Amino acid sequence: MPYTYRPYPYTKPPGLSAPEPAKPVIIVGAGPVGLAMAIELANHGVASVVLDDNNVVSMGSRAICWSRRSLEIFDRLGIAGRVMDKAVPWRRGRMFHGEKELFQTDLESTDGAAPPPDAFPVFANLQQYYVEEFLIGRIQELELVDLRVRNRVLAVDQSDEAAHVTVETPDGQYGLRADYVIACDGARSSIRSRLKLDFQGVQSEDRFVIADIEMETDLPAERQFWFEPPFHDGRTALLHKQPDRLWRLDLQLTPEDDAGAAVKPDNLRPRIAAMLGHEHFRLDWVSVYSFQCRRLADLLHGRLIFAGDAAHVVAPFGARGANGGLQDVDNLGWKLAAVIQGRATPGLLESYDRERGLAADENLRSTARTRRFMSPAPGAEQMFRDQVLALAAKAGFARPMVDSGRLSASSHFPCSGADDSRLPPGARPGSVAPDAPQGNGWLLPRLAGAPSLLALGCAAPDLGPRIIEAELNDATRARYLGEADHALYLIRPDQVVAARWVAAEPGTITAAITAMWEGRP
Amino acid sequence: MKLIDTPNLPDPDGFYEELLEAHEGLNAAQTAELNAQLVLILANHIGDREVLSQAIALAKQR
Repeated sequence: MPYTYRPYPYTKPPGLSAPEPAKPVIIVGAGPVGLAMAIELANHGVASVVLDDNNVVSMGSRAICWSRRSLEIFDRLGIAGRVMDKAVPWRRGRMFHGEKELFQTDLESTDGAAPPPDAFPVFANLQQYYVEEFLIGRIQELELVDLRVRNRVLAVDQSDEAAHVTVETPDGQYGLRADYVIACDGARSSIRSRLKLDFQGVQSEDRFVIADIEMETDLPAERQFWFEPPFHDGRTALLHKQPDRLWRLDLQLTPEDDAGAAVKPDNLRPRIAAMLGHEHFRLDWVSVYSFQCRRLADLLHGRLIFAGDAAHVVAPFGARGANGGLQDVDNLGWKLAAVIQGRATPGLLESYDRERGLAADENLRSTARTRRFMSPAPGAEQMFRDQVLALAAKAGFARPMVDSGRLSASSHFPCSGADDSRLPPGARPGSVAPDAPQGNGWLLPRLAGAPSLLALGCAAPDLGPRIIEAELNDATRARYLGEADHALYLIRPDQVVAARWVAAEPGTITAAITAMWEGRP
Repeated sequence: MKLIDTPNLPDPDGFYEELLEAHEGLNAAQTAELNAQLVLILANHIGDREVLSQAIALAKQR
């Protein structure tokens, strides 16, 4: 069924009648990243104003694939329950070449063995408009977030003391001051373009028809991907299940295709009917996109910080846009709160720029590689691509070379925090702490919001961070101990492992805690 | 150098002959495709990125 858009009420901001007190944080943009940012800051006790020029959630389903890491972040933001009640979890990918199915992949398990359990599935599909609706619902319960719709930001400037934002509303203009402004105003960020910041990268010429269709079907929740599909003379096709009997189709066009003609229902419907083998569907939403692969050289500009698509845009392959943006939120929230609340100096924010800059580079590199596989240049590129597909049909080794998008996973960044090679690599410093069952609950929620010393099979010294004693079970042993009998982990408020030891002296632990608050690499 | 660039095949003449036979009757495009598959199969068999990089460098040497 079609989504019902309900406008959020505009109220006349107080700043139109008298100057408002300075805010700790102004967030520009009420997409998934801006909204999540506001809740994350509120979780750390920091108040913010969210400004958006619009008054409804996302038009069209847009971002639909939410990674496990995003679901874990939603849990901290208080919307995971609503998301999981509605979303479609999935784990299986099926790869086709022409008429032939090449292979299937199980994203939960690459080797066929059952992994230790997780609180959330590896992926869950949900339309972006629902995610935004749930985030706004949560914000309406929070005193610390002031969401102002139909408040368009005209300008951002800053001095040594404060940032200043000029806002336009239906009732006129006003100004707001803040310690920090976070630009979450999306791929076409007007803040970024008005400041003429260099947005380095490329504009792709690949075009895709993207459509949501509604239909009754027994098809399972899987990601189905075709190279050279028999039903579509373009290059690739993708099918994904969404809630509300909706299905997402992505059809890549050839350079010769007329995109305007391709999206006309008279032309599109037969193509989709050929794909599905029937005509019993309703077109819910159709659009054409091409994409850019670009990033800001610096995510940090004094008191102005960029996050999400405003900071970096990637091709949609691999669901790295919104998932990457949520990881920005995760990384920035505790650092900005610590700076605003005086627990850390602004130098800590440099580590946001460094860590999320590396993640942006990784996402750009990954999507650029995918693009070359999906749209190979004529000549050697095309030939090798075709031969990888030919080999994948007859030999297992070639299957990992087939690249239809490397799906977003928690990013790992290089980290020189103390490490011990006896401990498992999946929880090495710079990685998100893996989840594990604990009694009737899970480990990750206990690690949220503040630094922790996680003690596994040993005692932890009282050095400031709260001490969490993990229950030892198969999952904690596999994910945290490996060969060792016991270990101590220092975990940041964003659940990232900062350092770990099998045997640690209090002095080295204290040094690691200091390094964490200083944001040292 | 990790890549073996000294004689290592027990039967160089026999291998050379078999390679030519595999290409017999193929046009240029088919030959290129067969070679591409061979490269990919052998690269996987070698399974050592350093050796492969050295092999690419040696092949590109003029």
